Amino acid sequence: MQIPEVTDRRHIECDVLVVGGGTAGTMAALTAARNGASVLIMEKAHVRHSGALAMGMDGVNNAVVPGKATPEDYVADITVANDGIVNQRTIYQTATRGFEMVQRLESYGVKFEKDEHDEYAVRKVHRSGSYVLPMPEGKEVKKVLYRELRSRNVRSNVTMTNRLMPVRVLTVDGRAVGAVGFDTRTGEFVTVSAGAVILAAGAAGRLGLPASGYLYGTYENPTNAGDGYAMAYHAGAELSGIECFQINPLIKDYNGPACAYVANPFGGYQVNGEGNRFVDCDYWSGQMMAEVKRELESSRGPIYLKLSHLPDATISEIEGILHTTERPTRGTFHEGRGTNYRDRDIEMHISEIGLCSGHSASGVWVDEHARTTVPGLYAAGDMALVPHNYMIGAFVYGDIAGEDAAIFARSASRPGLPEDQIEAAHELIYRPASNPDGPPQPQVEYKLRRFVNDYLQPPKTERYLSLGIEAFERMRIDIAQMGARTPHELMRCAEVSFIRDCAEMAARSSLERTESRWGLYHARNDIPQQDDASWFCHLNLSKDAATGGMKFERRPVAPYIVPVPGFVRPDGVPDELAPQGVELAEAWR
Amino acid sequence: MAQATSRSDVPVVIDEEKCIDGCTLCVDMCPLDSLAINPDSGKAYMHVDECWYCGPCAARCPVDAVTVNIPYLLR
Repeated sequence: MQIPEVTDRRHIECDVLVVGGGTAGTMAALTAARNGASVLIMEKAHVRHSGALAMGMDGVNNAVVPGKATPEDYVADITVANDGIVNQRTIYQTATRGFEMVQRLESYGVKFEKDEHDEYAVRKVHRSGSYVLPMPEGKEVKKVLYRELRSRNVRSNVTMTNRLMPVRVLTVDGRAVGAVGFDTRTGEFVTVSAGAVILAAGAAGRLGLPASGYLYGTYENPTNAGDGYAMAYHAGAELSGIECFQINPLIKDYNGPACAYVANPFGGYQVNGEGNRFVDCDYWSGQMMAEVKRELESSRGPIYLKLSHLPDATISEIEGILHTTERPTRGTFHEGRGTNYRDRDIEMHISEIGLCSGHSASGVWVDEHARTTVPGLYAAGDMALVPHNYMIGAFVYGDIAGEDAAIFARSASRPGLPEDQIEAAHELIYRPASNPDGPPQPQVEYKLRRFVNDYLQPPKTERYLSLGIEAFERMRIDIAQMGARTPHELMRCAEVSFIRDCAEMAARSSLERTESRWGLYHARNDIPQQDDASWFCHLNLSKDAATGGMKFERRPVAPYIVPVPGFVRPDGVPDELAPQGVELAEAWR
Repeated sequence: MAQATSRSDVPVVIDEEKCIDGCTLCVDMCPLDSLAINPDSGKAYMHVDECWYCGPCAARCPVDAVTVNIPYLLR
């Protein structure tokens, strides 16, 4: 392919640039447009079927519905599930604004399950509260959002691009002013000038290698390769909790969710090989994952999702949900293996590691306004550090980011774009095309991610993590030599560089936090104890402008704004129970 | 660099009899951009095996020409 000159480029101007057209990104665009901003969505797939909701979702895991649960219960639940290391103000937003979001989604046409009294049919999966709300037609959720983006009032303000992939956020004087990317089909070079940038690029889900060895058979949508984590890092933003990995219990081999959340209310549950329950709560946490791993490796393994005891009609209902939304090929998989839920329970396993704040608590540091530590740069969705934020949290933070970014962009100056950063991004994108005979991306990626499994999978130790860092440094050379022949291959090559960045962040953060915490997510075999005296704090990392290396900083846990029954803060910092600066708290009541 | 071509079983199969000439819906919808139109036949095919077996290609096809099989390694 022909490599374009740095000056041979398409230039786009907008008020608010949204990177990623998934759950958070579409909502951010809708709200920014509603606030009068001209919005550009850069989406490397197609907005209609991109992001974690590519084929829909069977329900929301964290809707705090008035009369069914309280924001205080939800915030306390999530605080305990994260061993207390949370910024409660961020979680409080999801708790208090989630219901308004459910209603907004309903006004767009999303259906939520109601009972015979026309009340929201929330179900209990968390330790204390009921926040799980099924969406009977959840396979349509992305279609509904897409339709909304194209509606008459919105479309004049929102430009959607498909197959356009950004690789770097541009900064001037430490402020985000745009991005650089390319068209993954034509290879065209693209620069964007923006008043504010919202990163909503999903999890770092293509990090660990699935046990099958299949590069794209990950739990997360494999397009979510950690692009946003890498872009935020290189823009100078802080990331946090990167040592708190995402690991999920899944259907073995298929590697999609077993959906205990779906099956639970129908009477399904997880059992070990002896047919006994082994966790008292199916809510995903590091502690639960440690119990799953222990069971798998004991003489009681493997583990199963047990449905075979249920009546035929109930199983048909469960199949109706699980085989049509989120991962519809699940039915095909079971059919191929001859597995019928009526007479055979579903073998489960644990996923490869990833980084994700939707399910876990590893992401780009944001405050309760979705602001990162870089002015003009926002993050929302799976990549933004709001613990266990799931889908409702992605929508809420998309909404918050969209509004705040639109306001920020109004008064933001539009400096000329930094040519040195554009040249560096051009090199990152097109270098593999100048060396088409270099090692192909699938082999380089396989090698990189095999090292991720070898050295980063918990339980972690200092020696293995150090070997991991050596391997990831060595992989810089492989990546520099990697070859590509088409724009499509350039996309995959850029993603490999993001995966390498995330792997190095994961290794260094895990090495830095010299204790064990969050169950399996940060289990250190060499330091098995939790050390509250030294480590009851956030561990934030960022790029050292002077050396170009990674630097770490401990951030204290902010005073709680919601009491957490039964949890004693080890640092003794008193609560500040009146939530200040958190809007809608009163309106919620 | 020495190279070899090796045969690989890809998950997405297109029924060329049903596939409509000039239609690009499945190609447009694939999150991984793994489908393309064969310039010789005008029909869709899987040009790279980067499948997440998610299913928009099959769901959006207006004539049911697309089948998503489970990738061989997972079957």
